[in-house]
Amino acid sequence: MGDYVLKTMLQKPERLSSGHRMCAGCGATIAVRAVLRGLHEGDRAVIGNATGCLEVSSFMYPYTAWEDSYIHNAFENAGATLSGVETAYRALKKRGRLPENEQFKFITFGGDGGTYDIGFQSLSGAMERGHDLVYVCYDNGAYMNTGIQRSSATPMFADTTTTPVGSQSNGKMQNRKDLASIIAEHDVPYVAQTTFTRDFQDIHRKSERAIYTEGASFLNIMTPCPRGWRYEMSDIMEVCRLAVETCYWPLFEYAEGKWTLNYEPKQKLPIEEFLRMQGRFKHLFKKGNEDLIVQFQQEVDRRWEDLQYKCAR
Amino acid sequence: MSAEPIKERMSGNEAVSEAIRQVNPDVMPAFPITPSTEIPQMVANFISNGKIDTEFIPVESEHSAMSAAIGAEAAGARTMTATSSAGLALMWEELLLAASNRLPIVLTLVNRTLSGPININCDHSDGMGARDTGWIQIYAENNQEAYDNYIQAYPIAEDPRVHLPVMICQDGFITSHAVENIDLLPDDAVKDFVGTYQPEEYLLNPGKPVSVGPYSISAYAMEAKKNQEDAMESAKDVILETAARFQALSGRKYGLFEQYRTKDAEIIFLLMGSAAGTAKQAVDELREKGKRVGVLKLRVFRPFPEKEIAEALRRAKGVAILDRCESYNGCSGPLGSEVTAGLYRNKVQIEAVNYIYGLAGRDFTVQHVKDIYEEMRAVCAGEKAAVQHQYIGLRENKN
Repeated sequence: MGDYVLKTMLQKPERLSSGHRMCAGCGATIAVRAVLRGLHEGDRAVIGNATGCLEVSSFMYPYTAWEDSYIHNAFENAGATLSGVETAYRALKKRGRLPENEQFKFITFGGDGGTYDIGFQSLSGAMERGHDLVYVCYDNGAYMNTGIQRSSATPMFADTTTTPVGSQSNGKMQNRKDLASIIAEHDVPYVAQTTFTRDFQDIHRKSERAIYTEGASFLNIMTPCPRGWRYEMSDIMEVCRLAVETCYWPLFEYAEGKWTLNYEPKQKLPIEEFLRMQGRFKHLFKKGNEDLIVQFQQEVDRRWEDLQYKCAR
Repeated sequence: MSAEPIKERMSGNEAVSEAIRQVNPDVMPAFPITPSTEIPQMVANFISNGKIDTEFIPVESEHSAMSAAIGAEAAGARTMTATSSAGLALMWEELLLAASNRLPIVLTLVNRTLSGPININCDHSDGMGARDTGWIQIYAENNQEAYDNYIQAYPIAEDPRVHLPVMICQDGFITSHAVENIDLLPDDAVKDFVGTYQPEEYLLNPGKPVSVGPYSISAYAMEAKKNQEDAMESAKDVILETAARFQALSGRKYGLFEQYRTKDAEIIFLLMGSAAGTAKQAVDELREKGKRVGVLKLRVFRPFPEKEIAEALRRAKGVAILDRCESYNGCSGPLGSEVTAGLYRNKVQIEAVNYIYGLAGRDFTVQHVKDIYEEMRAVCAGEKAAVQHQYIGLRENKN
C-alpha cells in the first residue's frame, strides 16, 4: 500500500459505468466505485445487490451499469444470495466446470435497510457460515429508496418521515445499532468501518483487504445521502470529513480478533460541526433544544471511548 | 431399452434422497422442517461419507434456502432444496423470483398443512399456497412416484422451452415416512437420463458477464410475465416428452394425470397425492358390486391440464372433486375452482361436486369414498341436489 496514489488509482477501468440513475451528490456510487477499485485487474467478480436505490438505479432493464456479472434478488437476502453464488463457484471449480486459471471474487452491496434491518438474518447467516465473500453496507442512515424512513442505522434525533420532528417529537428516539461490532462478534476474519477521506486511501486499503481476505468480510461505509440528510450536494466530502473529525464515524478495523483504530483526530471537533450541515438535525439548533445536542455528544463520546478501549486491548 | 430394476424398500423421504444421491446436484441449500427434515439429513450423510460431493449450505432459514438456491442456480450450478409447510410459505417471495428469473431449481416438497393451528401432518395447503408462483408442480401418490418424479424434474426444468423451477410433491408422513416397496434405477441410468447441466447464460461464465434480476418499468415488465406464462404452457409438452423417455428407461408410464378404471365410468373421483390409493381401493370394491366408477389422479397441477381433464371427464355423469386444502374463499377448494372452470370452458356439463378432506392429517378412508359415491350417484340420478364444499370426516360438533 506504500505506493498508493489516488490519481493512479482513478486510472483503473471503472467497473460501475456512468449513465446510471443515482442522484448527484450521492455517496453510494462513490462507495461502489471505490470498493471495486480494490479488485485486482484481471480478477473477475460477481456483484450482489440488495433491493434499494443502488439496484433500481443501476440495473433498469434493458440497461445495466455493471461491467461484472451482477445479481439482484430481493431486499432482505443479499447475504444468502451471494452465499449461493459463492458456493456454486466452489462446486463448479471442484467439478472442473470452470477453467483452472479463472479467479472470481464475490462482493455484495446493501443499504442500511437491507443490511441492518430486513436483511440482518441473511447477513448473519452468511457471515457465520464463512462464505468467501465481502458484504458491503452503504450506510446512509435511513430507508432512502422508499423516502427517508428511519432504520436501526439512523442516528438519534434525526428527522425522518417515520420519525418526523413535531410538537411532540424531536425525531428518532433511539441510538443507532453498532453493526460493525455485531458482525465482528461473528468471529469473521475481517470487518472494517470507513467513509470517504480526501485521498480515498482508507476505503481503498480496506476494500482490497476485505476482497482478498479468505472467508467472510464486512465493510460498513458511511455514504451520505443529500436527499435524506439535506446537505448541499457539493458538500459531501466535508460532511464525511466532519463525521470522522467529530468521531461520529470513526475509521477502524477488526482483523483476526484484533481491533485497530485507523485514525485519531488531533483535536476531536464538537458534534455540532457535523450536525449543523444537515437539515435532518435543524431542530437541534432551536432555542431550548441545547440539551439534545449534549445528549448526542455524550453518545458519541461513549462510543468513541468504547472503541478506544477495544483498540487498546 | 429398460434398465434392470433394483428392488428395495424405502420411505418417500428415503426414495427422494436416493434419487438426489444418484443425480448428485451441484448445490443444495436447505433448512430442516418436519416432515421433510430427513432429506437434508440424508444428503448431509451422503456428503459426510463421500458418496456424493454436492455442496450443502446449512442456511439459517427457508427464505435463505431459496435465496441461496437462486444465487447458485443463476451462477450456473444445478441446485435443489427441500421443504414443507411453513418453510415453503417463508420462501414465497423467493419462489416468485426463482420462476421469474427462469431458474430451473428443483424443490422437493413434503406436503404438510400450514399453521394455524400448528400441526405437522399432511394436507396440500403449502403446495396450493404456492400455486400461482410460477413453479411447475408434480404430485406423487407414493414413494415410487416421488422417486420417479424427482428424476424427471431436471430434464423438464432445464429444457430451453421451459426454464422454470419444478416442485416435486409427496404427502407428508403418509408417503414421506411410510416404507413401501420400490424399484430403483441404476446410478448410471439416472445420470444419463438427467445429463449434465449446461446453462446458456450464467454469472460464472468467464468473460461473458450477465446481470440478473433487473428493475423493469411497465413498458417491459408485462412481456416478461407473458414469456413466463408461455414457458408454463410449453412445459406440458416437455413433461410428456420426458415421461415418454422415462417410460423407455423404467417401463413406468406417466402423464399429466392417471386415469384408473375411468373408461366406462359414470362417476369419477378426482384428487391428488396419496389419497388416490385409497380412492383406487374403493373403486375396486365398488366395481366388484358393478358400480361404474373410476379415479382421475392429477399428477401435474402446474401447468394445469384444463382441456385434458375436461375431455377425460366428458363422458362421465359426475365428478367428485376432492381437495386436500381449503381456499377460504367461501365456496370451494382450489381443485374445486379450477376443475369446474375447466369443465365450463370446455362445455362439459356434468355434475361436479367439491369435497374437502384430510386437512391437517385427518384420516381419509375407503368408506369415505364409498359414501361420496352414494351421494354422487343420487345427485346424478336427480334424486337430490348437490351440496358443494362439504367436509369429509368432520367431527359432528366441530370441536
